[in-house]
Amino acid sequence: MRFEAPETLDAAVTLLHGEAGLARPLAGGTDLLVQLRAGAVEPDLIVDLKRIPEMRQIAAVDGGFRIGAAVTGAELGEHPDLKKAWPGVVEATELIGSTQIQGRASLGGNLCNASPAADSVPAMIAAAAAVTVAGPDGRREVPVEEFIAGPGQTCLAKGEIVVAVNLPPRPDHAGDAYLRFIPRTEMDIAVVGAGVSLTLDDGGLCTHARVALGAVAATPILVPAAADALIGTNGDEDALTRMAEAASAACRPIDDKRGTKAYRIKVAGVMARRAAEIALERARSC
Amino acid sequence: MSRQVSATINGDAVDFLCEPEETLLDVLRDRLALTGSKEGCGSGDCGACSVMLDGRLVCSCLVLGAEAEGRVIETIEGMADGKGLHPLQRHFLEQAALQCGICTPGFLVAAKALLDRDPEPSETEVRYWLAGNLCRCTGYDKIVRAVLSAAAEMREA
Ligand SMILES: Cc1cc2nc3c(=O)[nH]c(=O)nc-3n(C[C@H](O)[C@H](O)[C@H](O)COP(=O)(O)OP(=O)(O)OC[C@H]3O[C@@H](n4cnc5c(N)ncnc54)[C@H](O)[C@@H]3O)c2cc1C
Ligand code: FES
Ligand code: FES
Repeated sequence: MRFEAPETLDAAVTLLHGEAGLARPLAGGTDLLVQLRAGAVEPDLIVDLKRIPEMRQIAAVDGGFRIGAAVTGAELGEHPDLKKAWPGVVEATELIGSTQIQGRASLGGNLCNASPAADSVPAMIAAAAAVTVAGPDGRREVPVEEFIAGPGQTCLAKGEIVVAVNLPPRPDHAGDAYLRFIPRTEMDIAVVGAGVSLTLDDGGLCTHARVALGAVAATPILVPAAADALIGTNGDEDALTRMAEAASAACRPIDDKRGTKAYRIKVAGVMARRAAEIALERARSC
Repeated sequence: MSRQVSATINGDAVDFLCEPEETLLDVLRDRLALTGSKEGCGSGDCGACSVMLDGRLVCSCLVLGAEAEGRVIETIEGMADGKGLHPLQRHFLEQAALQCGICTPGFLVAAKALLDRDPEPSETEVRYWLAGNLCRCTGYDKIVRAVLSAAAEMREA
């Protein structure tokens, strides 16, 4: 195995693209090193992305945010403007692992590892985030909900890297939230995760909503029917009940030691509803 | 192929050779004889290998040695100042916050990272901050009390 730590994106792409064997980018290493040590992956080349300045910066762009793919969870949590605009995305990222894991884990890594239960992904999907991908043929933008192809599988071609996560501008009266269900209070993998982002008009009617779920299908999923149940309402009991039913109906979960299918389907509705209540509260107060 | 890495460890400039797949924990323990950091799990779950990397608390079992080039690392070996123990170390001893001691260096490094940024954490904050440090002996309560009383002493000093 070789290790390289280039200082430019071009150099990183060239290295990854030019490697004849298996090449892996490295961000925080909290998935990759576990897999390396378990012998689950045996790369010929590891390319550390953390010395590329663009990958480490959070920038306010056109009213939204551009978050370098290797920015850590701890850094996101320390960014007051980002936290104010996108509390749901930040709280989802901060749920990843312990303090130690937060010191390293990145949004890019969480997304590219492509676990169905990755915590930040439903929050990014609800937020209508898109990632900037750089590769040998230049750059392209991919909506987060189209990025993951299956468990451990992404849409990245050889030599491609996620450079940044782009969060759109936030209008007034907008709020987002992410909740996950785990049997303990810390350090566990989601049984269900739910992200909701919505916007209200001046009269408190929901004009825009997105609902996404994690750990209930082979990939995190966007659930338009759940969003539709909220749009045009003021988030009343009836709307919340219908949105919870739509969330449950969209689940295609597996049975595993963390939960049965039936349990996950039920809990997905409950989590989506509670996340919507928090997002509504946040939207009303700004 | 092994490579030469230069880093600052506990304030000293240190050069070491390491293989690309070697972790920072392996480098510290096997190459630099800094055996205070422990390997409990090797998968980021137990925190026994906790060190500071450029001012951030991390699991050194999930850092490659080669990543340390030019970085600043602090380990448990740098905690006491040579003459006396750090208040956290003293309170751990005085309050029996350890039994076998395997988890202790990790808890101390992690607790110091907390008190350096928040001198007055609540008990809940201490428990959440330390959720990535596992202890099979003490039941955690004495550890949490030791951190809180060390914090109180440090605020008065
Ligand atoms: C103890 C522990 C607890 C955890 N708890 C949680 C949890 O609660 N929730 C959760 O969702 N996850 C959890 N994880 C998993 C992991 O921490 C997260 O998925 C994290 O976000 C991964 O980010 P990273 O920067 O460490 O990625 P890395 O390990 O560096 O990379 C992950 C994968 O993505 C690829 N990659 C990384 N960055 C890029 C990029 N920019 N472009 C292209 N490919 C890239 C790598 O090649 C690798 O395949 C936990 C892990 C541990 C060890
Ligand atoms: S040895 Fe690193 S976390 Fe357990
Ligand atoms: S004192 Fe034995 S593991 Fe903590």
